[in-house]
Amino acid sequence: MPIIDVRHLSLDRGGKPVLRDVSLHANAGQIVGLLGPSGGGKSTLLRCINRLLEPPPSTVFVAGQDVTAMDVIQLRRRVGMVFQQPVAFPGTVADNLRYGPSLQGRELSDAEIADLLRLADLDPSLADQPASDLSGGQAQRVSLARTLANHPQVLLLDEPTSALDPASRRHIGEMVQQACAEQDVTALWVTHDVGQARALADYLYLLVDGHILDQGIPDHVLRQHADNQHLLQRFAAGEVEGVKG
Amino acid sequence: MTGFFMTIDWARIGASLSLVVAAGALGYWQHAGLTGDLVIATVRSFFQLIAIGYALELIFAQDSLLWTLTIIVVMLAVAAYTSAQRGKGIPHAMFITNASIGTGAALTIGLLVGLRVFEFSPRYTIPIAGMVIGNSMTTCSLVMARLRDDVLAHRNQIETALALGATGKQAVTPIVRRAVRAAMVPIIDTTKTVGLIKLPGAMTGMILAGASPMAAVQLQIIVMYMLVGATAFTGLAAAYFTARVFFSQAHQLVLPPSVQQGADAA
Repeated sequence: MPIIDVRHLSLDRGGKPVLRDVSLHANAGQIVGLLGPSGGGKSTLLRCINRLLEPPPSTVFVAGQDVTAMDVIQLRRRVGMVFQQPVAFPGTVADNLRYGPSLQGRELSDAEIADLLRLADLDPSLADQPASDLSGGQAQRVSLARTLANHPQVLLLDEPTSALDPASRRHIGEMVQQACAEQDVTALWVTHDVGQARALADYLYLLVDGHILDQGIPDHVLRQHADNQHLLQRFAAGEVEGVKG
Repeated sequence: MTGFFMTIDWARIGASLSLVVAAGALGYWQHAGLTGDLVIATVRSFFQLIAIGYALELIFAQDSLLWTLTIIVVMLAVAAYTSAQRGKGIPHAMFITNASIGTGAALTIGLLVGLRVFEFSPRYTIPIAGMVIGNSMTTCSLVMARLRDDVLAHRNQIETALALGATGKQAVTPIVRRAVRAAMVPIIDTTKTVGLIKLPGAMTGMILAGASPMAAVQLQIIVMYMLVGATAFTGLAAAYFTARVFFSQAHQLVLPPSVQQGADAA
């Protein structure tokens, strides 16, 4: 049974169709890439999965359950999400890591905080630093660690590395791979970075103009569309080479 | 009382008008473009105050509960409408302002009457309601506008909290706290410095009307405490009602285009 199962999802926003008959699935422990140009509906699709946007009933399922029939708070604890822009809540790094569990009445110990920081490849001594002092790359790693502190079954990643330097991109990629391998987390990773999709995804969906243009093993999908000039023009210049490569 | 202002003295009012004429002349000389507004404001304030003076004379003479309540409802409606204009773009703004100012006024006046600080008669209730509703209106406007602007500015923070399993209320709490604090700071600072920086209106009015300074001070203390209460009640109610309209039942942040348009127009 797929952990994420999207069935014929169509959605309009502001009277315009954003998603058109989208079907997608991801199995336990997989990293599934969702690649496509900006404005293609990728973020909208992610937000339907944790119900930051409301999908029509019986179109989005998590572990076999229709998300619209689930308690939304429980759903979001099982389906974590990391956004493009990391947000540091007021307080220390440790306060940030404790946020999700504290909402469930669970207080993380100092040892758990240190473990999460090590997972994020950050020095545990950062725990008492104000979160607002972190660099962009550190803030995004803390953001991912904060999401993992909830022990989610699913990770939704909405271009989490698009504003980061190469080292931070690599760290985030490794963190997600580790979570998927060791904790059986299923990740749906939105990106418009072709190289990243090729390197990280076990399976790839190409989402263009709100519908799934193609899907399959990343290398295969990317080779299929290597000469699609119309599509290539819609990616940023730096990513064109990625597709052709 | 043996003060100056026990009867209308048209000569005094006319003499004080000279200050407005001087202000208008200065504005005209400086091309400030305010002469028209100044004339309208002067004429309006004159007729509004004379009219309310006669209306109050009439109502005080009637000593009628119905009339008292009618006047309070009219005050509330005008305040709610005015405040809703400041909360442009917020869904159900008129409901929020009516409910918030109404809650603040009802609790404050109810407590004052219930604790026998004032008796429930037109002479006391109407001026008190005027002060309470006027201050509540300002608080309500400040809270709504601040919340609207801060929710727009911090939508990423709110959605991050929601995605971690926070309810809408939990996600917006830090923003609500800031809005309520900002709306209450003016009245708290005024209360702290009252008598040191300026003599407040109610006290000044009583002294000018011939009351003893201690009697005026006693009333002023009650008025200050009353306004602190009214501001707190209204601020919290406005924050509660406003924050609710930004979230769906499924704890989704809902920001229709009107919210951004309202913030841009403010």
